[in-house]
Amino acid sequence: MRAVGLILAGGNSHRMRELTRKRAVAAMPLAGSYRAIDFVLSNMSNSHVQKVAVLTQYNARSLNEHLNSSKWWNFGRKQGGLYVFTPTITMDNGYWYRGTADAIFQNLDFLRKCHEPYVIIASGDAVYKMDYNKILEYHIAKKSDITVVCKELDSFEEASRFGTIKMNDSMRIEKFEEKPMVATSNIISTGIYVIRRRLLIDLIEHCAEEGRHNFVTDILIRYKNLKKIYGYKIKDYWSNISTVEAYYQTNMDFLKPEVRNYFFKELPEIYSKVSDLPPAKYNPGAVVKNSIVASGSIINGTVENSILFKKTFVGNNCVIKNSIILNDVYLGDNTYIENCIVESRDTIRANTRHVGENGIKVVVERNERYAL
Amino acid sequence: MLLAGGQGSRLGVLTSKVAKPAVAFGGKYRIIDFPLSNCINSGIDTVGVLTQYQPLRLNTHIGIGIPWDLDRSFGGVSILPPYEKSGSSEWYTGTANAIYQNLDYMETFHPDYVLILSGDHIYKMDYEVMLEYHKANHADVTIAAMPVPMEEASRFGIVVADEDGQITEFQEKPPQPKSNLASMGIYIFNWSVLKESLIMLKAVHGCDFGKHIIPYCHGKGNKLFAYEYNGYWKDVGTLSSYWEANMELIDIIPEFNLYEEFWKIYTNSDTLPPQYISSESVIEKSIISNGCEIYGEVRNCVIGAGVIIGKGSVVRDSIIMQDVTIGDGCVIDKAIIAESTQIGCRCTLGIGSEAPNKLKPSIYSFGLVTIGENSRIPDGIQIGKNTAISGVTVKEDYPNGLLESGETLIKAGEHA
Repeated sequence: MRAVGLILAGGNSHRMRELTRKRAVAAMPLAGSYRAIDFVLSNMSNSHVQKVAVLTQYNARSLNEHLNSSKWWNFGRKQGGLYVFTPTITMDNGYWYRGTADAIFQNLDFLRKCHEPYVIIASGDAVYKMDYNKILEYHIAKKSDITVVCKELDSFEEASRFGTIKMNDSMRIEKFEEKPMVATSNIISTGIYVIRRRLLIDLIEHCAEEGRHNFVTDILIRYKNLKKIYGYKIKDYWSNISTVEAYYQTNMDFLKPEVRNYFFKELPEIYSKVSDLPPAKYNPGAVVKNSIVASGSIINGTVENSILFKKTFVGNNCVIKNSIILNDVYLGDNTYIENCIVESRDTIRANTRHVGENGIKVVVERNERYAL
Repeated sequence: MLLAGGQGSRLGVLTSKVAKPAVAFGGKYRIIDFPLSNCINSGIDTVGVLTQYQPLRLNTHIGIGIPWDLDRSFGGVSILPPYEKSGSSEWYTGTANAIYQNLDYMETFHPDYVLILSGDHIYKMDYEVMLEYHKANHADVTIAAMPVPMEEASRFGIVVADEDGQITEFQEKPPQPKSNLASMGIYIFNWSVLKESLIMLKAVHGCDFGKHIIPYCHGKGNKLFAYEYNGYWKDVGTLSSYWEANMELIDIIPEFNLYEEFWKIYTNSDTLPPQYISSESVIEKSIISNGCEIYGEVRNCVIGAGVIIGKGSVVRDSIIMQDVTIGDGCVIDKAIIAESTQIGCRCTLGIGSEAPNKLKPSIYSFGLVTIGENSRIPDGIQIGKNTAISGVTVKEDYPNGLLESGETLIKAGEHA
């Protein structure tokens, strides 16, 4: 085991609107049966990274619960393991995580006690498949201090959501702008970094001494010319779900056979916590077209171009179009849902109509549900 | 003690390579999941699973019992195959003989009560309630029995009980049944009573609970009680009852409800991705498991995990097990297709008359097409009813591209 994994899953994203009221972005349900963090965890495990620490903070309850056992992702317990670090009060420190670097600083003991020479830092809210060993090999070959995995986007506008990068011919990063007002490059940082453990500890300690708390602005950008920071470009599917639109689009991408084949049919697999639900049931009246349906669902109505997460109940004569219905939703008879994301555990009464007129509507409806 | 050693020969090619309790049911489950889930839901944390016939699939499926919370530091699930001893060594010759050979296993736990179950029935039962009944009556043996229609009673082992539930008489498949309570093959014994009767009858060849142990206990004056069970219970030992029980799951309100929160059925499922239904698909009254990609029509079916059904195919009234691929343009009627089989394009299954199967008419005679696991059917083949196919078949195996109704096609190395 050459690397230990560090997953930053503590942040909030206001552009997720009502969806983050219930859970951290890394715990967002994805592709019917998964949660966002399953992708990075599976990548870590499939890259033979046996020890992973997940730093959680914002709305951590459901994320912590999801991560209750290392065995779902095949992390060991004796050699390695899955650690979940939510901020805790100690003699020296009563702060919440004040930034990405501060989050690592407050857990520096964990890193000091590790023996692995390298650290792979990733975020918990991106959907992709990656063998981190390839990046590690590249990092070692380039004699790089920090390697940043980056991706070329289709447009400059999209790039302004992220950290944009300009590299020279030998892939050394020369310019790094975090969420620029006007993007001058369409190459973005995916938030995946490879760094030598001892160097990381050094840099984080320096950061803390200076009262600085952000990994990107206070380490990557500040040390851009002092340390050798290289970019590693990826071409495969990569998506980040920190806005409602990006979340919607990423889910809908799974309706495409290429995306499904890439993630589900090609090895290695994506793992998640098993939920013991019965198969999906299609009753008379069910008309399902171009949709993804997860287990435990019972369908009596029409579902088109949509994603039904686990345990969805679709009542008689319902019409669901171009929508995402999250876990455990009850849709009463005759409801009409178009262009929406329906929050998990909602109960939608009969004859309700929700249409996302200008963009995607997030539906949160908590009504009384009678046990069936 | 869960008896899971039987072949289930009346399931034909479905059990040629696996024991009956390992046969798939309800899409994602296996038959043994039902008694195992009943155990953990009833609070039983020590289960011995007795295997004998083709146990590989069962062993892999059960593993160390994680899905049923039976991975315990003390107790938990143990797989108990027959093993060589320094004195005599023999296979399990009967239900009671199998339990007798595992007396040492049971002794390590010093139980007060032993529950004997079989691994090939579909039902939900709280064994704790049956145990309370057993204790309240100070019984030595309690037998679970369920009322069956009087006209059918002559097919079963019948128990005759008085108003308090105490058993007065046994009738094995009686032409004139005196009661309609059929024994379910589920027994609770006081440990001492079980031990004594097993040791006493150890020399009986093919020692069986129903035939030997229970009549012995009754004759000795032990207190035997009948515990009446009124829920859904199905012995899926024949192809017809197996097919019917699966089909019952897709009723609008099925009698056996997999969807209730209260009594969950757990299984060792490894398929996570959700299913995809294409824009050309039509799904009617079916249950479909995870990982499927459906591009055709599915009507009245039970579909297992990871099944791919090609464009333009129509599958009706069938049970398709895990990882089967069905090509484009097929028409499949009333078929049971076992795991990992590949059906080519433009095949038609289940056509023609219901001529009884020539090789094994008693097994394959319900109008079904039965295809064993890992089989392959090439493109453009037509297959009649009451047929059985097993193995990788090629065009040359089908004269005129047709397997007539009543025929059997078993490739070398496979068994019917």
